[in-house]
Amino acid sequence: MIWNKKYECMDRDNLRDLQLTRLKEVIRRVYERLPFYRKKFSENHLHPDALKSLEDLKKFPLTRKSELREGYPFGLFTAPLEKIVEFHISSGTTGKPVVNGYTRKDIQVWSEVMARALACAGTTSKDVVHNAYGYGLFTGGLGIHYGAQLIGAKTIPISGGQTRRQIMIMQDFKSTVLTCTPSYALHIAEAAEEIGVDPRKLSLRVGILGAEPWSENMRKEVEVQLGIDALDIYGLTEIIGPGVAQECEAKEGMHIFEDHFLPEIIDPKTGKVLEEGEEGELVLTTLTREGTSLVRYRTGDITQINYQPCDCGRTIARINKIKGRVDDMLIIRGVNIFPSQIENVLLQIEEAEPHYQLILERKRGLDELTVELEVSPNTFFDEVKRVEKIEAKIEKEIEDALGLRIGVRLVESRTIERSMGKAKRIIDKRKSK
Amino acid sequence: MEVRQISVFLENKIGRLAEITQVLGDKGINIRALAIADTTEFGILRMIIDKPEKAYEALEEKGFTVSQTEVIVVEVEDKPGGLAGVMAILGKAGINVEYLYAFVAPKGSNALVVLKIEKLKDAVGLFQAEEVKILSSKDIGRL
Repeated sequence: MIWNKKYECMDRDNLRDLQLTRLKEVIRRVYERLPFYRKKFSENHLHPDALKSLEDLKKFPLTRKSELREGYPFGLFTAPLEKIVEFHISSGTTGKPVVNGYTRKDIQVWSEVMARALACAGTTSKDVVHNAYGYGLFTGGLGIHYGAQLIGAKTIPISGGQTRRQIMIMQDFKSTVLTCTPSYALHIAEAAEEIGVDPRKLSLRVGILGAEPWSENMRKEVEVQLGIDALDIYGLTEIIGPGVAQECEAKEGMHIFEDHFLPEIIDPKTGKVLEEGEEGELVLTTLTREGTSLVRYRTGDITQINYQPCDCGRTIARINKIKGRVDDMLIIRGVNIFPSQIENVLLQIEEAEPHYQLILERKRGLDELTVELEVSPNTFFDEVKRVEKIEAKIEKEIEDALGLRIGVRLVESRTIERSMGKAKRIIDKRKSK
Repeated sequence: MEVRQISVFLENKIGRLAEITQVLGDKGINIRALAIADTTEFGILRMIIDKPEKAYEALEEKGFTVSQTEVIVVEVEDKPGGLAGVMAILGKAGINVEYLYAFVAPKGSNALVVLKIEKLKDAVGLFQAEEVKILSSKDIGRL
């Protein structure tokens, strides 16, 4: 189902014209309203008039998250404060929080792109949207909510937590669309089994899952356990929240709503713009945001872009599943590796449980990684040698796939924390020493 | 003639064994014999129990990873060379023992030996032919 054919299936030349018109306005707006951008542009001898084509965008400087922190709390709004109707504020665990201010029109844009995202998953007004993303300052809950409301779907604003109650409500209200993180989706399946409910017999048809990088095999796991189609959604608080991009039922990349968000892929080291199909960091420019306009914002997410039209009829570009965060990349004995790549290997091993954690330690000056995997009836035997054989098999599979030998340690079941929101996959023990 | 052994996966952490024995104790389940096989990272607790089904359910419910294995329990005279006789029977037939552990019955003076054997049926046949006493599940319950 396509929510807005006009923009999602637009002829690409027309789309580029529209993007250019909007981009010129954005460049001018940030230049006029934000001293921080004016200074950045001037340092690079740039004036908004220097932008004559979409290609000219690459001359403009990139924006980093640390720069947004400097603006806390009201310093980065590109609309007058009296026009702002909603704030979202990041957790600020790594520094000052980042603030996004939305005007009434921004909320309309958000509702529109989220309605498109939900429609990508086939959501209509007949659906019951079980929204288990957190409501509050985290954008997940309200973003989904606005889109579901625009579609006219029946929305259950259940937020995260109280999983058994969630299952009861899913049964009683016949929820059809599940929105939450992929790790929470798995936890719901596990919790249902525990109370004797077959998660595959719930009315759930599709999951719109995101807010953390997850692998293709994690998708299969969720699909099998819940008996649904599991589709990936992408977004970030700095830009708008969820609804930047969404997978359709073809499951071949996430459609990025390009009339609102202009994507580029850069080499994270050099900042050079990469070609279609090359892997790098996603950079986004907001084209229609009023409250918080950003030019060339570095998302920190690793992916690649594809401009080929999709079987679903959409002509807008697609980004691949996010491979990981630039910051999450580990370098183990010289090999670059993302946690999602390890997950992908683990989940294709029949005996392995989907509950795992990566322990990062420093030994003799080198970073060492260990996979902790919960033991299950499939990996546990009464004989030590058989348990060790399973561990060795998993180690071998990882080595074959990633060219890296990583130790595997089985831990007792249910000792790895179940996440209600974003799963914590890496335990970094390097700093505490 | 096989007896069900209950095995539990244990990380090498303080207090885990106490928890398991507490779970079983609360349910009125008696451990007849136990042995732990340990490595640097984990341990396997093996137990012979008077009510194995009940123990399995209780431990699983508490979130432990549990498995059940068929073993044989034989009675051996508690005197020098007692175990040697039993082992010789298996050795002669080329039957490998994966592991074993022994305990003494509260009544009587004979030792009881728990044997995990790959060719379980063959071993049972040999023991019966040699008139070695094999304990049944019922016997274990009555100990």
